[in-house]
Amino acid sequence: MRTLWIVFSKEVMDNFRDRRTLVSALLMGPLFGPILFAFIINLSLQQSLSNASEALQLPVVGREHAPNLMRYLHSQNIDVVDGPADRAAARLAVERGVHDVVVVVPEAFGGQLADMIPARIEVITDQANTTAEREARRATRALQAYQQELAGMRLAARGVNPAVIRPLNIDTVDVSTPSGRSAVLLGMLSYFFIFALLTGGMNLAIDATAGERERGSLEPLLCLPVSRDALIVGKILAACMFMALSLSLSLTSFFVTLKFVPLEKLGMTPNFGPAVVATGFLLLLPFALLGASLMTLVASFTRSYKEAQTWLSVVLLAPTLPILIVSILQLRPSTLLMLVPSLSQHLLLVGVIRNEPLDMLHVLVSVCGTLLLGGLLAWLCARLYRREGLLG
Amino acid sequence: MIVVDGLHKSFGRVSALDGVSFRAGDGRITGLLGPNGAGKSTTLRILYTVLKPDRGHAGIDGIDVVTDSLEARKRIGTLPHGAGLYPHLSARENIAYYARLYGIADDDVDERVARIIAELGIGEFADRRTRGFSQGQRTRVALARALVHGPQNVVLDEPSNGLDVMATRALRDLIRRLRDAGRCVLFSSHVMQEVAALCDEIVIIAGGRVVLHDNPDGIRRQTACDDLEEAFVKAIAHTGEL
Repeated sequence: MRTLWIVFSKEVMDNFRDRRTLVSALLMGPLFGPILFAFIINLSLQQSLSNASEALQLPVVGREHAPNLMRYLHSQNIDVVDGPADRAAARLAVERGVHDVVVVVPEAFGGQLADMIPARIEVITDQANTTAEREARRATRALQAYQQELAGMRLAARGVNPAVIRPLNIDTVDVSTPSGRSAVLLGMLSYFFIFALLTGGMNLAIDATAGERERGSLEPLLCLPVSRDALIVGKILAACMFMALSLSLSLTSFFVTLKFVPLEKLGMTPNFGPAVVATGFLLLLPFALLGASLMTLVASFTRSYKEAQTWLSVVLLAPTLPILIVSILQLRPSTLLMLVPSLSQHLLLVGVIRNEPLDMLHVLVSVCGTLLLGGLLAWLCARLYRREGLLG
Repeated sequence: MIVVDGLHKSFGRVSALDGVSFRAGDGRITGLLGPNGAGKSTTLRILYTVLKPDRGHAGIDGIDVVTDSLEARKRIGTLPHGAGLYPHLSARENIAYYARLYGIADDDVDERVARIIAELGIGEFADRRTRGFSQGQRTRVALARALVHGPQNVVLDEPSNGLDVMATRALRDLIRRLRDAGRCVLFSSHVMQEVAALCDEIVIIAGGRVVLHDNPDGIRRQTACDDLEEAFVKAIAHTGEL
């Protein structure tokens, strides 16, 4: 026990003095993730909010052939502007990206309309261009609404109720709560937290084997009259400490950044108060043991610090895999899924952010399952630490 | 006292030790001499228990290094080849870390560390972080670290590597002082002058075997060479190493 404590406190002190560890544990993971997240969300929010309310500038070729339509478009918050000279010029303009979408009204439009022939009108756009797609959809929707209005007027003129051609009245009822809607966005967060947690202990995990070996301090260390188990466990626990520190910083920094994200504008109330921060910390904490052991284990197979860093960047990505698979398959949380580390933490955290009550059985399975696997990996590390080949 | 008896060790198909036996007594300096790859480091690594022999025994003060390795480690201080320090810790902290791991009580650590720092003349740079230390400074700190618990047996793997003249002289003085204090000092080297200047006994290893074990005069006599270097070359010549 004393050995464990000596090793643990030395590793903690050593790493608090190491700029490399400090930057990754206290800056990179905790701050980079949430700030990037907030930035992206802010940007996309601004984009979608501004698009809906702003008038669409729609170039129309041959606007003089459909004055009524132009008036209708104007009433739909679409500003009709002069388009290119003719249809060929319009195609070219869209191809070159000068305009995202151009509407072409042929000369025959008015005549066809009067003769009850479906009147041809063209919406020219580049479907491969995602920003153009949104504008094209708005233009097409406005044209369809105009068509429906015309059809209604024609029917009314013939004494037929326009409702005849609307047999269905489709109404979508959205039951999502504001915090539920934000959970869709905030659900992505769990990975940021796991990422921050892992980066926090990465240097320590490497140091336990590859780092000590490269520095030449492993051999004298192993000559000391202490058990190797105590050495490796002390090092793993120190890595856990840094991971916990990094996790708590990342949760706190997210709590702060979220205050600057206008999620309310999208009808979302982010449920990310101090209580969620504390619960999230406790739910994710068991993952530290697993992360530290896994990273130490992977690093012990490498020959140098550089090589270990390469392999551990793969480990950094590993926790995304179950999260990704489950979000594609859209599985609901179940006791069985709670056995999968990183996934269970993700599902529980999303539940907490949704403001759903915690299923205590799920928490128990998640905590025990993750700790058990972490313990198993730590035991494997200790086994490997006893090998002769450790010295390389 | 260190006793090595019939050590065999192979790495894969390469045989590193092929029956090495010798004895290094208390109050004596024993030099392990041999060309590169002769098995010096492997022998020492078995002694400080990071390697296990395939066959044979090694004992520190009568304690077997395999069956009771923890107890054996308590009785030796080791300077492994290229011993590294923790760059973010000061020299004093590096030594204190080892002192604690050697089981010195917390209350005594400071005093013991201060004593060894004075003894090895580290005081001047004891409280600087070891990043950027010269090779000589590093070796002295590593030695202090190995000797802080006052071990009866001292095993040094090529301790003078990379040291300048003054640092080498200081190292020799230290080794002699350890001998005069009744310790058993065993060190490896491939530098003839160093072994000649220091050793009470010389064990020449080549090809994983002890080819000669005697005091310097005895070795000169056995090989009929006045010059130790000539004697060394002659001793290992018939093993096919040269």
